Amino acid sequence: MSEASTIDTSTETENVSAVAIRFAGDSGDGMQLAGARFTDASAIFGNDLSTFPNFPAEIRAPAGTLPGVSSFQIQIADRDILTPGDQPDVLVVMNPAALKANLGDLRPSGMLIINSDAFEERNLTKAGYATNPLDDGSLDSYRVLQVPMEELTQKAVEPSGIRGRGVLRSKNFFAVGLMAWIFNRPLEPTLEWIDKKFAREEEVREANRLAFKAGFNLGETTEMFRHTYEVRPADMAPGVYTNLTGNQGMAWGLVAAAQSAKLPLFYASYPITPASDILHDLSRLRNFGVRTFQAEDEIAAAGAALGAAFGGHLGVTGTSGPGLALKSETISLAIMMELPMIIVNVQRGGPSTGLPTKTEQADLLMALYGRHGEAPLPVVSASTPADAFHAAIEATRIAVKYMTPVILLSDGYIGTSSEPWLLPDLDTLPDISLPFAPPQEGEGPFLPYLRDETTLARPWAVPGTDGLEHRLGGLEKEDGTGNVSYDPKNHEKMVLLREQKVKRIADDIPLIEVTQDEDADIVVLGWGSTYGAVLAGIRRVRAKGYKVAHVHLRHMNPFPKNLGEVLARYDRILIPELNRGHLWRLIRAEYLLDPIQYSKVQGQPFKAAEIEAKLMELIGT
Amino acid sequence: MTDTAYSRQDFQTDQEVRWCPGCGDYTILASMQSFMAGLGVDPKDVVFVSGIGCAARFPYYMNTYGLHGIHGRAPAIASGLAVSRPDLSVWVVGGDGDMLSIGGNHLIHALRRNINLKLLLFNNQIYGLTKGQYSPTSEVGKRTKSSPWGSVDYPFNPISVALGSEATFVARTVDMDRDHTQQVLKAAYEHKGAAFVEILQNCNVFNDKAFIRLTSKEERDINRINLEHGKPVVFGPDDEWGVVIEGGTARLVDVSEVGIDAIHVHDAQADSPAAAFAISRLSHGPTGPTPFGIFRSVERAVYETELQQQIHHAQESRGPGDLAKLIASGGTWTVE
Repeated sequence: MSEASTIDTSTETENVSAVAIRFAGDSGDGMQLAGARFTDASAIFGNDLSTFPNFPAEIRAPAGTLPGVSSFQIQIADRDILTPGDQPDVLVVMNPAALKANLGDLRPSGMLIINSDAFEERNLTKAGYATNPLDDGSLDSYRVLQVPMEELTQKAVEPSGIRGRGVLRSKNFFAVGLMAWIFNRPLEPTLEWIDKKFAREEEVREANRLAFKAGFNLGETTEMFRHTYEVRPADMAPGVYTNLTGNQGMAWGLVAAAQSAKLPLFYASYPITPASDILHDLSRLRNFGVRTFQAEDEIAAAGAALGAAFGGHLGVTGTSGPGLALKSETISLAIMMELPMIIVNVQRGGPSTGLPTKTEQADLLMALYGRHGEAPLPVVSASTPADAFHAAIEATRIAVKYMTPVILLSDGYIGTSSEPWLLPDLDTLPDISLPFAPPQEGEGPFLPYLRDETTLARPWAVPGTDGLEHRLGGLEKEDGTGNVSYDPKNHEKMVLLREQKVKRIADDIPLIEVTQDEDADIVVLGWGSTYGAVLAGIRRVRAKGYKVAHVHLRHMNPFPKNLGEVLARYDRILIPELNRGHLWRLIRAEYLLDPIQYSKVQGQPFKAAEIEAKLMELIGT
Repeated sequence: MTDTAYSRQDFQTDQEVRWCPGCGDYTILASMQSFMAGLGVDPKDVVFVSGIGCAARFPYYMNTYGLHGIHGRAPAIASGLAVSRPDLSVWVVGGDGDMLSIGGNHLIHALRRNINLKLLLFNNQIYGLTKGQYSPTSEVGKRTKSSPWGSVDYPFNPISVALGSEATFVARTVDMDRDHTQQVLKAAYEHKGAAFVEILQNCNVFNDKAFIRLTSKEERDINRINLEHGKPVVFGPDDEWGVVIEGGTARLVDVSEVGIDAIHVHDAQADSPAAAFAISRLSHGPTGPTPFGIFRSVERAVYETELQQQIHHAQESRGPGDLAKLIASGGTWTVE
């Protein structure tokens, strides 16, 4: 925090440019909800922001234990920011386990707001504390504010008439209210949300309102909090904004893509973390004509999407890592049948069940190569929550134009985190529609594998069309007729044709652009969700007076045509990835370059500081 | 259906049919082509979807739209097609390995959802394409290349599986009986919802004469129990035997001993599948008297129709989807 200035006589209001706040508690404490409410209030206030929800895979790990800790971090700023912040400036903890799990991340001398009621012996033991950190001096280097949140919440909600276990449920809103006061957040958005959400549960609604206001009033009326902070609205491009998560961006992007392609949307999926929200969002959109199909398993979901594609719909299936593995046989069939289909993979930590609620970028090689036989397909990746919207449209454009399945990569971090999104002018969305094969009568047999000379795409002939009756399948196709063929030369020809078709897409995607310092010695090549941390890290290094070039990839297959030539201009190429070097390996193999691998596989996104440190290390050598 | 007159030839493709000589699949193919031609089904509105196996080559030989898919997944692929295109007549063809082993999961879910699919299980109680291993319908003790000591697997009864999945249409026929096959296929075609048809099919290479007791002139009359809706379940050259159901279990009786009034009257339209299930247990694999015909044919909400209704209602109550409104629906703010 920077630049203190006294505004008020009773309390000091510090004006800060950016602040990162983390709410942490037990997974039953409603921390995700608290974070989301604070986020919305900040967005409406006009801050730029970025969020990072972090929660356990267990629905409900034992209360008060370390595995049960759930947290939500948000950075709010008066300027363009790219990440949820490396270290929280403020940490709100609801119990000892949350303190233990999160204290290590808190900035030195950062603010620590503690629900002191939870620091009794049983909870302390569960969290593994031998002594009470509130008394033993271990927190002396922080600005600690102890608040008996449970007692205060209990008193506050009494008039609502709520009884029993429900009483303490509202303590998350007490915490949000307190934070609203400290950070000068408007109250109305949260109160409106409570009214809407609990419209049918009067007692709960009233309890949450009371708790929220009590938290706010505590700040207002006690002298405990001498400081409030103001993060002024960010200087953002004019326009209408909303706060968007990546899964929501993906869902809406698919709807937009279907409209742009003039196709009905069919989304088949099997619930899996962290991709399920795409299914949830789309299943609400029946009035858009969206058909969602909750299949019996991942294989069925892929099969149903492919069946819908055969029928002339935009067939989409969404999943996360293990689900992609199950879908791979069907994707191979889609490659052989040359039908457009989108496979969304919201990557998570693996292998196997791995870290289902944590993020990773380790499915890139599976997306490119994880099939039997020679089975190339285009791969597109999203970089940020808002970018998921546009990536969905681009994946669809390629799928329909080239008659091919496309894998669309997102990840847990993109999917669940949020950022403000300047609503696009929908009239500017591209028209990506192409006609189906027209009816045919008496002109000889229909040739389902006759190719467009430019794109090498075959016609999309949908059932119900006169004269186009044809049979597709997984057995090798004879060029042109599509009849089953075991001819050795034909097989090789078809393998090369399918490969060429994907390669030609390179003529149809933008060239890679170097941003930041084009004339630097070092270039950072990134892809996917590392975008924010990489760029923020580069900015920090540039602020120190060093030059760094930046390249970010959307198309993972094929690569932009000039990628090798651009990278070869730099002495050193740094490739940071949340995997063990997937893109790094591809660049080496494709261009005979020797980039520097920077790998992180902790289930957590990169911090800007990590990128900064790595770059400084390179610059110093 | 159209007014155009079709012949069997209109449903034949130029592809050489490559089943083993004498395979029961030829007869089923002929029955299918004849029934569709006779009914005036327009080939452009028909799609055959299959998995992997001998039976799965079926789509290549039908001059309709077709999709030869992957092992066991045909019901899933067909579900996506039927749900997105309720205007089409979608048929699934698979064998006992394809539909009951690798694809068992997809089969039961397609049936329970009542998706408008016609699912044809060609049951020859053996793996043909992979050359003669025991299948999920092979009898216990069957000696094959993969069970030289005799199979210890307990077999599925496909009709029981379908009824247990609460399929709304369940029938059994046999390849050799073309008339019966065509009748059953026609009824399946006209059924609204998922129709499951088991077609006993002779694999003359790996499991020849598995159903000989049901098809040979000498034995068929004493072993085929023809189910007819609304009629007492009797069989035999002079209808001398019959079926009674007691305590949920069906058993064979001599009609003259119990009297015709005690014989179970088949009700394919009964709401409960219990009686049909009891009848399906009479023969576990066609080793003795085996029920044939339509076990169950009831109406229940069809998946894709219900989904269409939801879309219709959503559009009526909320208006057609407006993307601009949607992306602004989560709360917005304006930066001047």
